Amino acid sequence: MDWLQTCAVVLDSMVRLSIPLICAAMAGLWSEKAGVVDIGLEGKMLIAAFAAAVAAFATGSAWLGLGAGILASVLLALLHGFAAITWRGNQIVSGVAINMLAAGLTVVLGNAWYGQGGRTPPLEGAARFGELSLPFASWAREHVPALGLLYDEVISGHAAPAYLAFFAVPATALLLKRTRFGLRIRAVGENPAAVDTAGISVAGLRYAAVAICGLLCGIGGTYLAVAQSAGFLPQMTAGRGFIALAAVIFANWRPWPALGACLLFGLLDAVAIRLQGVSLPGIGLVPVEAIQALPYLMTIVLLAGFIGRAIPPKASGIPYVKER
Amino acid sequence: MSAAPVELPRWADNAVVPLVSVTAALLVAGLVVIGIGENPLEATALLLRGALGSAEGIGFTLYYTTNFVFAGLAVAVAFHAGLFNIGGEGQATVAGICAALACAALSAMPGFLSIAGFLAAPLAILAAAAGGAAYAFIPGWLQAKRGSHVVITTIMLNFVAATLIVYLLREVIGKVGSMQPETPDFPAQAVLTPMHQLLAPLGIKLPSTPLNSAFLLALMALVAVWLLIWRTRLGYAIRTVGANPRAAAYAGISPAAVTMIAMAISGALAGGLAVNEALGVQHRLVLDFTAGYGFVGIAVALMGRGHPVGVGLAALLFGVLYQGGAELSFDKPTITRDMVVVIGGVLILFAGALDGLFRRMVALALGRGGAG
Repeated sequence: MDWLQTCAVVLDSMVRLSIPLICAAMAGLWSEKAGVVDIGLEGKMLIAAFAAAVAAFATGSAWLGLGAGILASVLLALLHGFAAITWRGNQIVSGVAINMLAAGLTVVLGNAWYGQGGRTPPLEGAARFGELSLPFASWAREHVPALGLLYDEVISGHAAPAYLAFFAVPATALLLKRTRFGLRIRAVGENPAAVDTAGISVAGLRYAAVAICGLLCGIGGTYLAVAQSAGFLPQMTAGRGFIALAAVIFANWRPWPALGACLLFGLLDAVAIRLQGVSLPGIGLVPVEAIQALPYLMTIVLLAGFIGRAIPPKASGIPYVKER
Repeated sequence: MSAAPVELPRWADNAVVPLVSVTAALLVAGLVVIGIGENPLEATALLLRGALGSAEGIGFTLYYTTNFVFAGLAVAVAFHAGLFNIGGEGQATVAGICAALACAALSAMPGFLSIAGFLAAPLAILAAAAGGAAYAFIPGWLQAKRGSHVVITTIMLNFVAATLIVYLLREVIGKVGSMQPETPDFPAQAVLTPMHQLLAPLGIKLPSTPLNSAFLLALMALVAVWLLIWRTRLGYAIRTVGANPRAAAYAGISPAAVTMIAMAISGALAGGLAVNEALGVQHRLVLDFTAGYGFVGIAVALMGRGHPVGVGLAALLFGVLYQGGAELSFDKPTITRDMVVVIGGVLILFAGALDGLFRRMVALALGRGGAG
């Protein structure tokens, strides 16, 4: 049963590590499906993490922290929309700007307010999201062999935003695939002129998609600062926004495969942490960095078309110009 | 709701619009300073005094400027070919690794160093440039031959380089017995001369600062890029591909070849960052020596409109902000140097993404608002 225990621990850590990725990947999916390229997922998560930690510390409520995180992230998303949709600016440039803005602003404000080099004070009690125990978790662990343990370790025992993240996947899939709104979002990313001809506002749809993107990044960032850690650390997103972007590309802009890619990248991360300083028989000391670089390398290989082909929405990155 | 392209006279386009966006970005920074309860005028005075108020301050300012010149040029050259190279950080990292490998090889050849020591520094610089060029050639090749977008691949390669340097410094080229992730010191013949030593024989006495001969290289790079882009056949090809790849193809220019060449040149320029930091100041390779300069380079290139004169001025502005920001944070611990990152971000937003808005504002101010 020892290997099963190890397995459960690794899978549990995979789930924990993939939650911010899942949020950001679903966020990126919404934005890109509507034709707005977003490399600012990282910055939005970072500002959300900061705002959530500040609000949770000030009010003592993790839920208010979540609200503040979402608000900050949506504001940045709308700024991106303002530049990319209203002023038809370069979306990549705007994304870079948002990442830098968030990276700088969080540290400047954090340091000015708390004087701890950009960190926020540690969160305790209700200011942090606790672990939720799903029904029958401890009962199943006692009475159901193997599966009960996995249920208790891997599926149960995460913080509330984690379940929001997992809920975001079917919600995204369903909304995009099966609703009129989703159809319009997809249409505006493929052929905005057709949507415009049908009398529907291209800008309105794109703003909606960008706002949803901000909302989801807000959940991801909040999870990092108020559930996974007990407070904000400078640059705590550490490239997760870009890994999520990689997951979206890897999944060919589809929600369920994106979940798979996030879980895979989370697993790689969990394994890398687990193997730190471990000597495997036959291999020796595992170069953890090689595992950490894998998501990026896999994305490059995929983008190069060596395995499969990544096809982005046709109009992504192109501002819509009405008058021709 | 949205703007039609605004026609502006060239002087307004090249001077007024960047000036307005810089001013607006600095005003935003001022608002942040007010927001954290400090006086922005006092902060500006402290910043300017720290950056320009003493010979030492100016030395530090020009040392930072060197980094921003290289980072800005790296973005600018790719821009002229219509490519967005956000891989400056990764390219500079690999350039640093290659310079360190060259220095390690030179250290192993004491005979060569004693006979031809004067070749050591040029060789190390060449190794850095070649490393940066090779690492930028990969996304260039992927874009030209496999159609993968250079933005995404350069982002991904930044992270690959970041993990690579951690591994190499810990396992392969790191200093034995050191707890820090760093290489042994480079051989003395391979490092660049500090400016205060370089100018001493001319009777100019300067305080000891990190400013070194890489600054002269940066000035040469500015001139070289101007010559390349506006005075050579290759530069014409680069600009043509940037303006219209299909027209370029009809004119007999291969967009694929130009893409790869422009990226390689861009990467070699990013390698200048490693030259200034590793060969010029640290005299060894340390982790995170790129320190975000590559990203600020995007702001520099956008503000400088891709022209070497503009890039030089923008790099100087960021040099002032960087050095002044460091001094400012000594006096006012509430204002950290990350303020420069905020200004950089706002500037990229204003000069890059919201360019249309600022052009419209300038056009209105010039009474040409009806043109849209």
